[in-house]
Amino acid sequence: MSDAATGARSLSPARRAWLRFKRNRLGLWSLVLFATLVVLSLLAEVISNDKPLVVRYDGQFYFPLVKTYPEKVFGGDFDTETDYLDPFIRAQFAKPGNWAVFPPNPYGARTINYFAKSPNPSAPSRDNWLGTDDRGRDLLAQLIYGFRVSVLFGLALTAVGTLLGVAAGAVQGFFGGKTDLAFQRFIEVWGSMPELYLLIIFSAIFSPSLALLLVLLSLFGWMGLSDYVRAEFLRNRQLDYVKSARALGVPNMQIIRRHILPNSMVPVVTFLPFRMSGAILALTSLDFLGLGVPPGTPSLGELLSQGKNNIDAWWISISTFGVLVLTLLLLTFMGDALRDALDPRRAEQ
Amino acid sequence: MTAPLLEVQDLHVAFGPKTVVDGVGLSIAPGEKLALVGESGSGKTVTALALLRLLHGARITGRAVFDDGRQPRELLALPERELRALRGDRIAMIFQEPMTALNPLMTVGEQIVEVLRLKRALTPAQSAQAAIDLLAKTGIPEPARRAGAYPHQLSGGQRQRAMIAMALACKPKLLLADEPTTALDVSLRGQILDLLRELQRENGMAVLLITHDLQLVRRFADRVAVMQHGRLVEQGATGAVFAAPRHEYTRQLMASQPERDVDESPHAGGAAPVLAARGLRVSYPTPLPGVRGWFAKGQFVALQGADFAIGPGRTLGVIGESGSGKSTLAQAALGLLPRRQVGGDVQVAGVRWQHRAGADKPLRRRVQVVFQDPFSSLSPRLTVEDIVGEGLRVHAPHLGAAQRAEQVRRSLHEVGLGEARFPGLLARYPHEFSGGQRQRIALARALIVGPELLVLDEPTSALDVTIQKQVLRLLQQLQRQRALSYLLITHDVAVVRAMAHDVLVLKDGRVVEAGAAAQVLGAPQHPYTRKLLAAA
Repeated sequence: MSDAATGARSLSPARRAWLRFKRNRLGLWSLVLFATLVVLSLLAEVISNDKPLVVRYDGQFYFPLVKTYPEKVFGGDFDTETDYLDPFIRAQFAKPGNWAVFPPNPYGARTINYFAKSPNPSAPSRDNWLGTDDRGRDLLAQLIYGFRVSVLFGLALTAVGTLLGVAAGAVQGFFGGKTDLAFQRFIEVWGSMPELYLLIIFSAIFSPSLALLLVLLSLFGWMGLSDYVRAEFLRNRQLDYVKSARALGVPNMQIIRRHILPNSMVPVVTFLPFRMSGAILALTSLDFLGLGVPPGTPSLGELLSQGKNNIDAWWISISTFGVLVLTLLLLTFMGDALRDALDPRRAEQ
Repeated sequence: MTAPLLEVQDLHVAFGPKTVVDGVGLSIAPGEKLALVGESGSGKTVTALALLRLLHGARITGRAVFDDGRQPRELLALPERELRALRGDRIAMIFQEPMTALNPLMTVGEQIVEVLRLKRALTPAQSAQAAIDLLAKTGIPEPARRAGAYPHQLSGGQRQRAMIAMALACKPKLLLADEPTTALDVSLRGQILDLLRELQRENGMAVLLITHDLQLVRRFADRVAVMQHGRLVEQGATGAVFAAPRHEYTRQLMASQPERDVDESPHAGGAAPVLAARGLRVSYPTPLPGVRGWFAKGQFVALQGADFAIGPGRTLGVIGESGSGKSTLAQAALGLLPRRQVGGDVQVAGVRWQHRAGADKPLRRRVQVVFQDPFSSLSPRLTVEDIVGEGLRVHAPHLGAAQRAEQVRRSLHEVGLGEARFPGLLARYPHEFSGGQRQRIALARALIVGPELLVLDEPTSALDVTIQKQVLRLLQQLQRQRALSYLLITHDVAVVRAMAHDVLVLKDGRVVEAGAAAQVLGAPQHPYTRKLLAAA
């Protein structure tokens, strides 16, 4: 037990857990790297895009990133949107007085490079750093946007599943008795539904979209967590500090919110990174099977499936595999560090 | 003087940077009974575990020579394989909590047989008979039948006897007994101690008794060693140490018997009771076995026919052993049980519990509670201000944050906690406080709403003796100042002696004796009360 005279500043349990987390170098650096990658992928439009960031043409500035300009503006023949990769437009920008600043990787998620020098899928070259996929889209752009979709989807699925799981576990654990019994039986029935078949059926009925996937996966994703939260609630509700609160006449909702919930969050927080990597894997495998995101959406699973179909185009499978492994590994390292930081046996030290 | 059986010199044990045992040296002669005394955290258990190298992640240095007449062996440097051969065979250990020290999936007999076959290489038939003989020797009735019982089917005392039987299976030369009676009811403690003494004499075995209970030491040990903060502060023959303790800390321990200091003026007959119960009956639903259990629930009566009343400024002490219904009585007085479980009549200042949150709210203010375990009674994730101020949020929601903090400060000051000793007291979290300080915080939380009655559910039994005395003194002082009434629930007769005006003795959910403290404790009528008092 720490002596009460050690210092005036008192650290909350959450803060102490964070300090323990920081002591784990691998976990901390995984968090830093992962956060950097996520922030970079959120800025994907500036990093990898087929539109220039700024264009100077005939003495005027243009910002194609935020505004759509027809080709006529830059001396072309058509009213359609400018294709900035067209050698003619490039030549226009190269005239004296004109210039254009392109992002580091001049391809967007859906850009097809019609001007590639070799047939699709083409191997890594000076134009396409990681090569192109079998439709002629730049692989690096695909990976950046695919990573962003995966991570955002993973975050959303984790958030929804955690909220549902905590709410369901809290209700069962706090009220117990018949409520608990009914809920448990419902979970057993619900959990025995064939998830994959439902997904196949629904993807046949509705047009596939990320939102639909999120709803369908959320419907089943909360069950594992609710059991842990329920167990924590069952344990915590009979502790003396909860009894004291009841003896003070504190209303049920406040007891849950102020007393039991904060003390039941350890399994929830510990599982967050693992749930997230699970969500990313789920999306990837559904995409791989062709049950996931609508066609044309950049997706790691779809790239893996391309890699399988074009086994000689090694750059597709290897780079996608690399991104997936890195993502999942970082999440697992973070999860390990978090689990150690929240371990009650270490928390006593 | 014969050569010592165990000679420990300069023993140090550290976990990481923290030194837990700091230079302990002691020796035990063959057949000697040495008691190692200290409060929690003094390092006494760690010392024993270190001798058998049963500690994980600890750094142990020093010397511990064990010499049972065959050859002297250095326990701390022995190869693991040889040490394993010593454990359980020449040196055995018994633990505080027999429920967790016995394997719940094996019968008691099987567990003893396992030891015998491992260490003695007996045939199955021989070892089965030997196990029954051992159980018989520890005084378990019907040993042949009990050998086939699982730990949960035995009572606490029988489990402890079974564990002793297991420890003695190989006739060890040294027995390390770690708080062997602490988890048991008082009336059983004496029996287990007598048993240990008898077996010790019979086998000529030495015993290292680890305990915090000085009464036990006085009755049992030849010599006593006192530990504080990992150091041995005093060592000597039991009689000499008790007669003339030399170290300040030992004197403090000896003087920690709680003292009576309460308002002794006779009960004012006219004052209306703060808490009154008539024919109180509490029952819990229990599952029935078999198909019947699908349709109906059984009933376990935890308490029946309890009549009592507590006047203003008085203390009613409720004593009984575990399972006697003491805590149920506390819950009923607090109105925390569902209505269907409570029969009879409980009134707080003439008002009955309604078992509805809204209707009971005014009553909650008048009855407050302090629980036994100072670690589970404060939420680890709230600050002291939030914990103590909770009652105000419910009962005085009109107060602003500053006013609330002011009242919290006043309430903490009343229980002896101030900013002077703990800078930034209100923003601290419970983990920074010791058991006694936590108990004071729990008391401040109860007092802040201005209750008339405090239910004290074993308020000091988880505390060290010196702290216990301080907390009891605080309770006595608060009672005088505020004319508080206490419903004091405890198994400790000394606490009741120090605090109570009236006493209620519970056994198996029934009141076996009730009356004024002097009468019940001075001239007990019921045989059960006499047994309880004799054991204390």
